Amino acid sequence: MVQPLTYLPESPSQTAGPYVHIGLMPTYAGNAGYYDEEIGTSPISDGAQGQIIEIVGSVYDGTGWALRDALIESWQADASGKFAGQEGADPAVSGHCRFAADAVTGEFTLRTVKPGRVPSRHGRAFAPHVSIWIVARGINIGLQTRIYFEDENNEGDPLLSRIEQRPRVDTLIAKKIGDGRYRFDIRLQGEGETVFLDI
Amino acid sequence: MNDLGPLIPRNREAHPVAYYPDYKTSVARSPNLPLLSMESGPSEETGPTFGHSRFGALDNNLILNWTKGAAPAVGERILMHGRVLDENARPVPNTLVEIWQANAGGRYRHKKDTYLAPLDPNFGGCGRALTDENGYYQFLTIRPGAYPWPNRGNDWRPMHIHVSVFGHSFGQRLITQMYFEGDPLIPLCPIAATIRNRSQLDRLVAPLDMARSRPLDYLAYKFDIVLRGRRQTMFENKPEGM
Ligand SMILES: [Fe+3]
Repeated sequence: MVQPLTYLPESPSQTAGPYVHIGLMPTYAGNAGYYDEEIGTSPISDGAQGQIIEIVGSVYDGTGWALRDALIESWQADASGKFAGQEGADPAVSGHCRFAADAVTGEFTLRTVKPGRVPSRHGRAFAPHVSIWIVARGINIGLQTRIYFEDENNEGDPLLSRIEQRPRVDTLIAKKIGDGRYRFDIRLQGEGETVFLDI
Repeated sequence: MNDLGPLIPRNREAHPVAYYPDYKTSVARSPNLPLLSMESGPSEETGPTFGHSRFGALDNNLILNWTKGAAPAVGERILMHGRVLDENARPVPNTLVEIWQANAGGRYRHKKDTYLAPLDPNFGGCGRALTDENGYYQFLTIRPGAYPWPNRGNDWRPMHIHVSVFGHSFGQRLITQMYFEGDPLIPLCPIAATIRNRSQLDRLVAPLDMARSRPLDYLAYKFDIVLRGRRQTMFENKPEGM
């Protein structure tokens, strides 16, 4: 026998289910006014420094169908690469947003500020990116991934450089579709499957 | 406390499998390819914080919050309480816990829920609370009913409350469900069964807690939640590759 380790195992995840919106986005679920102030309604407020951008996309299942019930959370740095709570961070950037696939079209929109480069523990900076976490019925543990931008310098990004199959890097890069507008589609399974993270 | 290092890598064995054919929706929604594993960085080690000021006094009282206190919800009154800890067994203070659930008849207040059971005009079905400085939280609510769902021929969800927790960093983000001690539907449920490790599933089953129940008012159920912890890095301040 040996001494026991005193760590606790993480609680297991369970699917967010089909009604996740009533808990996390009551207004979207048709229960407007439930709370005085909902959280995650926008990652920025008036006066945020930097370029305001819009990212649109859909979450596709393995059959190519766009999920109508996906809920996404995003977390990101401000335009100078600082996260809310860090010294010198832009007070107009909370960095956190909740958004959902449209119940009819399956398309989501994230309106935010373009994040800056983020330093890493080991010196090499991360290229500008938005971290996202996707939950829905049928997803048993939230899927983490990142949105990078095709018009930024992604060379040497510590995460993108770890992807062995180079064509798969593309699944993490938002395509420019207009002035300050990007498209980022997420494929849960099969051809063009998005690189999901264990991080 | 020592310098906080990266998040402790997730033990995926402790979690549900992504692909579980008895839970039919998971079949086309589970990635086929392995996840990309990497040490956490600032994007995972920082996270949103929420101040007390934005929360209302009834936010953690689901018996009253839908009617703003005008009339109580129908059902068996319960206190759901517990503690949020990390893997190092440290309390996680001031973190947001959100819950949502069906009413006593098993029906959600959601436009897509068309179950036969009626809506309770006095029950909305969601609540939120910040943990205190020692990681404790509590909700007053009613016990949700079990409900049938379209999956295999005759599948029913055990009584459960959906729980979402933030922790202090985005990489700790977790959604799970609380089940109730003694519910015979738990072993029949394909969603519960996505957790292949039985002792891990047991950790989602809240015991009846008579010591916290209030005579002539409510029963209590205890539900502790463990989030990922951070690795200690006392002797480790060297650049990559050394
Ligand atoms: Fe449910």
